[in-house]
Amino acid sequence: MNFLRQGIITSVTIGVLWAMVVAVTVAVVMSFATGESFRPALYGSLVYGIIAGLLGLFIKPRVVNYSATILIGAALLWTTLSQLHFSVAHNSVLHIVTALLLGASAALPLHAMLSSTHPGALTRHSFEDAVIKFLTGFGYIVFTAIVLIPFYVMVMTSLKSQQALLQNPLDFSIDFGSGIALFRSYIELFSQFNFGNYLWTSFYISVITVVLTLLFSVPGAYAVARLNFRGSAAFSRTILLIYMVPMIVLALPIYIAFSISGLRNTIIGIVLIYPVTTIPVALYMLQGYFRGLPVEVEEAGLMDGLTRLQVIRKITLPLALPALVSVSLYVFMIAWNEFLLAFMLLDDPAKFTLTRGVTMLNSSEIPRQHLMAGAVIATIPVMVLFLTLERFMTKGLTAGSVKG
Amino acid sequence: MTNARPPKSRGALARREARLAWGLLLPTITIVSLVIFLPLLAIFWISVKPVGLADLRPVAPIVRESLRNKGDDFRIEYRVRNSSQSKPLDNVGFTDTIPPFITLDQIPERCTLTGQALDCEFGNVEGGFSERIKIPISGVSDKKSAEPIVEGSEPIVRGSGDNVLTNNEFTADNFKRIFNSSEFLSVLWATIFYTVVGTIGALVVGLFAALLLNKRFRGQGILRGLYLFPYVSPIIAVAFTWVALFDPFSGSFNALLLQMGVTEQPINFFGQRPLALIMVTVFEIWRYFPLSFLFILARMQSIDSDMYEAADMDGASPFQKFWYLSLPQLLGILSVLFLLRFIWTFNKFDDIFLLTGGNAGTRTLTVNVYEQAFAISNIGAGAAVAVVIFAVLLTFSVLFLKYISREEGL
Repeated sequence: MNFLRQGIITSVTIGVLWAMVVAVTVAVVMSFATGESFRPALYGSLVYGIIAGLLGLFIKPRVVNYSATILIGAALLWTTLSQLHFSVAHNSVLHIVTALLLGASAALPLHAMLSSTHPGALTRHSFEDAVIKFLTGFGYIVFTAIVLIPFYVMVMTSLKSQQALLQNPLDFSIDFGSGIALFRSYIELFSQFNFGNYLWTSFYISVITVVLTLLFSVPGAYAVARLNFRGSAAFSRTILLIYMVPMIVLALPIYIAFSISGLRNTIIGIVLIYPVTTIPVALYMLQGYFRGLPVEVEEAGLMDGLTRLQVIRKITLPLALPALVSVSLYVFMIAWNEFLLAFMLLDDPAKFTLTRGVTMLNSSEIPRQHLMAGAVIATIPVMVLFLTLERFMTKGLTAGSVKG
Repeated sequence: MTNARPPKSRGALARREARLAWGLLLPTITIVSLVIFLPLLAIFWISVKPVGLADLRPVAPIVRESLRNKGDDFRIEYRVRNSSQSKPLDNVGFTDTIPPFITLDQIPERCTLTGQALDCEFGNVEGGFSERIKIPISGVSDKKSAEPIVEGSEPIVRGSGDNVLTNNEFTADNFKRIFNSSEFLSVLWATIFYTVVGTIGALVVGLFAALLLNKRFRGQGILRGLYLFPYVSPIIAVAFTWVALFDPFSGSFNALLLQMGVTEQPINFFGQRPLALIMVTVFEIWRYFPLSFLFILARMQSIDSDMYEAADMDGASPFQKFWYLSLPQLLGILSVLFLLRFIWTFNKFDDIFLLTGGNAGTRTLTVNVYEQAFAISNIGAGAAVAVVIFAVLLTFSVLFLKYISREEGL
């Protein structure tokens, strides 16, 4: 370890590792963006990493460090020691863009990572500081990549034709010139596959589920959280236990019961069963919120002559409004994303929910971009809800299980 | 007055409160027991019965009535048959009301007419039974006007078959079958691997993500929202995207690997034996790390910063601060999350079902329920697997409750 803690060794090691990360990242990004072939080169990255590490160690002023590292990084791309093997023409715009991207994404983070290093032996503190900064940078890239790539592929695949994808699965560049034809698979889904209908079905089933869930779980949660009665502790444990019963175990008898009673393949059956899957979750979340509300306000209301039910309606519910929003959002998300019950209980394409409709597209006769377009259609409403109401949503997600 | 004690019996107010509480809980208890406890009981019942998918439609007699004519000779026809080709029916018969303006010219030997009610009796019939009864009638001259009246009165059918769901036939075959089959070990292995590695993986990855975002900087909110994407988007969307991404022929990931020179041949990620199980586990980690990330981040942000300042004064290095300060503080939430995620991962069905359909060694216990009940059409065996799942789960839950009550003071 002591040997590693020499400023020069630390800087060069981090420089080399970061240069490789940058080379791979830029290669992937450029491949996905242009469809051209980019490949990281080991020796080029190694050389550039050593140079960049040394620059970071010895040249601390920001402007000088940046310009030197970027210039050298970009210039290497024209030599045989290039950090990338690529198929784009020399001196083309793409080439220059790649060079600058490569240089900048090496220079800026490296300068920050190596800010605490200096020639000679490093203290444990500044050594670990540099390592942590490297790991942080690496972490940002990896996490962002693994989260973004699937969604990027989903959206881009939905806009491309099957042949184009089979020819070059990496080519996600889209031709904006084709205008409306770009959205052909979406238009076909709505015109031929009845997706407008599925969207509507999913929407109103989810809304009904939210309403029914709240109707049942608000009184129940209040009773568990506030009122004294024998068995309240046992009850809240039972809620937790129910929360743990897997859906597939219940789905089998429900399938049988629905088959016999004729509720299978009906929207009513779905609307009956969805709230039951969400009520335990909502109960659990709401009782947590109710417990957090100040009990004095309610007692004041009781003293002033309100009945318990009036207290709930006039004091508790208005106070718990943010909680109700969180729970509603969470329940809406569960109902919207629900797949298993819809898959097992619905056979008639006229009654499909969106998730069931998308499953139908997963067949070898239907082109891949339709499936991906269906996935995009199913994802967008949840995403819009999530992004606009993120504050409530994250609160709902955390309250959904355990207090931190 | 020397020994004042609280009253032993509960006062009127307390009783009223308890009554109100039960009143508020009643709707929930009713509906939850209807849809949770009844099915659970049903699962136990079905698991010891020889039930196939086809047995769900019970055997029943079917009677169809029609008005026919040949010229001016009108007749009523009843077609009686057994819905099942193989199972017998007992005491089959029907009663039908004959409209008053019709007179039956001849009454078949099976039937009796009392007033306007025609009653026919067939006794016990075999599977595949089918018979026509033709009764010549008079009083009808126009088929069009009489038809709706005659056929409008639905015959009341009686007769019962043996319903395998309700009879007293029990069997242990379902359990023997699932435990004996050579697949059982592979199913068990897949379940254990998926649950353990998936849970720990999601926790560790979530911990890393939380460490990354546990500082204030511009764009922190955006990144936090972004890292939650896998968890909030619909399972069908992300699962199909993964299948598309890792497709051996048109998948971008394979193309990328080929281009980077990592492999020579495209890899069939979701179709090869050890790899498929690893891939579904990776998917599980990818999809659920946001949840642990969210919890761990919330806990981290509530840790007192004084402690870190004191550690800084004492010259602790960043790794020491993480190891000796943060980690012990996070241990509580990590263990609760572990138990919770462990149970949920164990319960997971959709993900594997959509990614591989349980093929290539990825069939876990939950997927096996579906496989037995619907793919092999043996509902009884599916229920038996469900019982096994439930038993395992009950064990976990007891453990979990014991732990979480300590953690949460529930």
